[in-house]
Amino acid sequence: MSNAMSERAEHASRRPLWPWQVLLLVGLFLFWHVLTRSEVLPPFFFGEPLQVLGRIWDWFASGRIFPHLGVTLLETLLAFVLGTVLGLACGLWLGLSPRAARLLDPYITAFNSMPRVILAPIFAVWFGLGIWSKVLLGVTLVFFIVFFSVYHGVREVSPVLLNNARMLGATRTQLLRHVYLPSATGWVFASLHASVGMAFVGAVVGEYLGSARGVGYLILQAEGVFDVNTVFAGVIVLTLAALGLDRLVTLVERRMMNWRPKVQEHDLHG
Amino acid sequence: MMRGHPANSSIVARFMSSAPQSVPALVLDQVTCTFPGRGSTRAAYTAVQAASLTVHDGEFVSLVGPTGCGKSTLLNLAAGLQAPTAGTVHAFGERLRGLNGQAGYLFQADALFPWRTALDNVAIGLELRGMPRSQARERAGDWLRRVRLGAHAAKYPHEMSGGMRKRAALAQTLILEPRMLLMDEPFSALDVQTRQLMENELLELWAQERRCVLFVTHDLEEAIALSDRVVVLSAGPASRPIAHYAVDLPRPRDVQEIALHPRFVELHRAIWSALKQEVMKAHEQRDV
Ligand SMILES: Nc1ncnc2c1ncn2[C@@H]1O[C@H](COP(=O)(O)OP(=O)(O)OP(=O)(O)O)[C@@H](O)[C@H]1O
Ligand SMILES: [Mg+2]
Repeated sequence: MSNAMSERAEHASRRPLWPWQVLLLVGLFLFWHVLTRSEVLPPFFFGEPLQVLGRIWDWFASGRIFPHLGVTLLETLLAFVLGTVLGLACGLWLGLSPRAARLLDPYITAFNSMPRVILAPIFAVWFGLGIWSKVLLGVTLVFFIVFFSVYHGVREVSPVLLNNARMLGATRTQLLRHVYLPSATGWVFASLHASVGMAFVGAVVGEYLGSARGVGYLILQAEGVFDVNTVFAGVIVLTLAALGLDRLVTLVERRMMNWRPKVQEHDLHG
Repeated sequence: MMRGHPANSSIVARFMSSAPQSVPALVLDQVTCTFPGRGSTRAAYTAVQAASLTVHDGEFVSLVGPTGCGKSTLLNLAAGLQAPTAGTVHAFGERLRGLNGQAGYLFQADALFPWRTALDNVAIGLELRGMPRSQARERAGDWLRRVRLGAHAAKYPHEMSGGMRKRAALAQTLILEPRMLLMDEPFSALDVQTRQLMENELLELWAQERRCVLFVTHDLEEAIALSDRVVVLSAGPASRPIAHYAVDLPRPRDVQEIALHPRFVELHRAIWSALKQEVMKAHEQRDV
């Protein structure tokens, strides 16, 4: 609670930026509106913002969007959680056993540099058109982000902290639980913002390549009948959902990382 | 099994057990520590060679020597964090293999766990030994009050001052009641006032239950004020103890007052003349 209070105080001391951000958005839509209304840009290809907003309103008012959005979010969340847990576990494991790391090194590099989106059709064949083929695609994207940050982070755990824990009587498993894991949460959170976006990409691309539900599926269908407005509406809904998820990660991060000194990023730039 | 006892009974027990036969708390016998060079770019470096040192139970011994001579290395050898290349280390009569379970170690660098509050940092040792969390925190609270941090139990390390962090680290180590305390320049990062305050506090804590202490410092005055014995190490490489000075100053001491004692001044002059030569040697080697 006191955390939120101090944050609010901090915000009040700075001039709020959100009115400008909203103004920028409105300006952008206005620009779009004027260009397409005056036919400088053909509305057939570039859509019409009023129609797009109307479509979004329609979706939410009628509730038609919710099953689709629900499926996409479920896929994203599953991919995110599974990818993070797997990445964390493998990162810790390989970070702590250099022998295994050396053995697997070329495979990890190869798999990481492979364009994994290409796997989507294969996953569709293996796991069908349900949610799991999308989840798996998301997992392969999320996994490596988390894996690498944990894997490199493990080598940077302070040797003094490790020695201190050992002198205080920590066994090997206790070291993992009381030193490596808490250190790792820092690196994981640093990568979570990137990976939540990737989980989303996995879900939507998966849907786009073949599915019966989801926002990606809506976009695919609209493209089939050259309904550009619906495509844009879908993109905007996805963007808003991604922003929401990112915000959620930030909130959890603040809660879990309250032992860290507050970084004054604004002071650094200003 | 817990090592801890109520404070009073452990003092009595220690008096009775240490009276008849006194096994030295720590014996370094002809230990050598060579760090392998990395690849072909650097040769192996022998930090400590044929070093012998005995610390008796209840004794407060300080190690002084030029920077980089191997003081921390000797502590690591005593803690079992570093295995000797040659020679043996015995703790309370038992040959060390792996960590020294009898020792508590106060590190030169900050070693509090940043994700734990002061209270949880102090409690961690007991938790690791399987004590229930609530009980461990209760005992930790007692210890925080003993090092005068009672009001700061909920603070994270980054919210504490340097002196508070050192106090918390001291409580973190002492709560386990180690029979031997290894301290690596614990106060060198503190300002003079805080430092003298903490030196007096350390003497007070030490007087309550005379554990043996091996104390590393750059500061000769600190070494004399605190110790029963000051050991001078030679300049590296191949450093070893070259002179021992018994500090026959009365106890209890106050670090500020004791510095004015004529005997203190005498000891300081004698030890400094030995130490100075080593510091000069170390300096010349660096210039070459
Ligand atoms: N892991 C290591 N690998 C290689 N050389 C090392 C290692 N640890 C220490 N040394 C070398 O051993 C020597 C002694 O180091 P040590 O840390 O014991 O010095 P010190 O007396 O504690 O110095 P200071 O007073 O500055 O803390 C130094 O020359 C150092 O470079
Ligand atoms: Mg040192």
